Amino acid sequence: MDTLLEILKDLHPDVDFELCDTLVDDKILDSFDIVTLISEINDQFDVTISAEDITPENFNSAESLFALIERLEDED
Amino acid sequence: MQNHVLDYLEETVKRVPDKIAFAGEDCALTFADTYRDCRAIGTFFHEKGLYKEPIIVFMRKSPKTIAAFFGVIKAGCFYVPIDEEMPATRIDLILENCKPRAMICDEETAKQAAAFSYQVPVYKYDTISKTPADAEALQEIHDLSIDTDPIYIVFTSGSTGVPKGVAACHRSVLDYIEQLSETLEFNEQTVFVNQTPLYFDACLKEVYPTIKFGATTYIVPKSLFMFPIKLVEYLNEHKVNTVCWVVSALTMISAFGAFDKVQPLYLRTIAFGSEVFPIKQFAIWRKVLPEAKFTNLYGPTEGTGMCCYYHVNRDFALGDVIPVGRPFKNTEILLLDEKDERAKNGEPGEICIRGTSVTLGYYNNPEKTKECFVQNPLNTAYPEIIYRTGDIGKYNSYGELVFVSRKDYQIKHMGHRIELGEIEANVNALEGINSAACIYDGEKSKIVLYYVGGLTAKEVTLQLKEKLPRYMLPNVTEALEQMPLTPNGKIDRVNLKKNYQEKSK
Repeated sequence: MDTLLEILKDLHPDVDFELCDTLVDDKILDSFDIVTLISEINDQFDVTISAEDITPENFNSAESLFALIERLEDED
Repeated sequence: MQNHVLDYLEETVKRVPDKIAFAGEDCALTFADTYRDCRAIGTFFHEKGLYKEPIIVFMRKSPKTIAAFFGVIKAGCFYVPIDEEMPATRIDLILENCKPRAMICDEETAKQAAAFSYQVPVYKYDTISKTPADAEALQEIHDLSIDTDPIYIVFTSGSTGVPKGVAACHRSVLDYIEQLSETLEFNEQTVFVNQTPLYFDACLKEVYPTIKFGATTYIVPKSLFMFPIKLVEYLNEHKVNTVCWVVSALTMISAFGAFDKVQPLYLRTIAFGSEVFPIKQFAIWRKVLPEAKFTNLYGPTEGTGMCCYYHVNRDFALGDVIPVGRPFKNTEILLLDEKDERAKNGEPGEICIRGTSVTLGYYNNPEKTKECFVQNPLNTAYPEIIYRTGDIGKYNSYGELVFVSRKDYQIKHMGHRIELGEIEANVNALEGINSAACIYDGEKSKIVLYYVGGLTAKEVTLQLKEKLPRYMLPNVTEALEQMPLTPNGKIDRVNLKKNYQEKSK
């Protein structure tokens, strides 16, 4: 989780990712962020996020994003 | 001869008044609605005594924003679009440059406008669009208009830190829309999805062909471009057959494998531009849509949108670059070498644009205008302005124009044109910063900022957020003990780039 928070903090140092659960709804993340996030996550966690995982629900909070990563890690 | 862009709408509204012209999340406007609203807004500003001057349109992305553009033109004025995502300091620079006497807002943006340091009288769209149209006055404005009168100013990145406003007139927009429509074969059945922001010239591709043909444009929320499967489903739901998008919007779909789940069913015309389309991604698109027509477009804002096209008609190997192709009809590309002579066959030269598509110049900025809107050096007999793009190109063995590089530090990042100098100027202006330099990692699409000074990288990022639009924020920010310098004392960018590349290996 710390690795993920670090990736997120790099994108937006001013956002409290531990609390925020409206990253997509409140337009905090944009398409640049999504592309960067996915490539960083794929690199650092050795998972593959595919198109069907790229949903507002999965990206709305650090927690849901981490849950997705864990699910993908289990599948491997 | 047509000499006014809104003559398109005058004709179309008679033919298909009840068809949807522009549809968005918040509302949809038929051609009759668009026509009614733009005449109301035109009358309103006429009654206010505004004429032949800039009017700011500061609204969220919506069909109404487009009707507001048209309303400004109806009044005989020119629209200057600004956006809620632009930082306030940048907006202030734009307002200072234009010195406008009116701003059109929606309910939301009216609140934001109250915080600008440069104050402009605000008029809300929903109020002024109810003004009863004064047919006689509007007709008179129309009759007096000349096709070299400006219709908009859009702002582009400036290397000194101050954005430059490119002013374009009826005639160059008419020329562009006619040539683009012929090249991409738009018609009344065309259904567009607009991807680019409305505050750039890129949206001309949808806005004006829509009123020319009685086509339909969907104005979608930006967030749709974050979720590839939803995006393709949206295209199918609305039977979208034409997209003119930046490459990064297209590759977002293909790179994440969205086509494994859902494929576009109606898409037949795909125009792209503003940056290099990686061949691997392009091949995925072509495989999924073998019947579709793919066209690469090239052109700077100063040439009214796009001025060259290439219909992809052969296969490309990985690492190849899709050509810029050839100019639209009625535009000539001059490739000028360092002596301002035509570059020899196959030799590189600066891409210069000659023709009606050359815009009027930078608004209230004669110095910058003089630098690149210049007398055609091949013609000493009479005044003839060409635009020097600063792009270096050459002709390949097929006789097609190919983009090679930039003469300066301008980059294309996620479809946006950015002067690295503008980022540096803004970093240098921060208190506690001694020097700053940016390089661009084109392969990974990252803007890398190096700086020397007493601020942490986080502090720099936070402060830049208040000054620069989102797409100009560096993706990597790193403090250095000292800046590498060349023997002449200039920042050694080659060295910075080398160190960056070695580090990222």
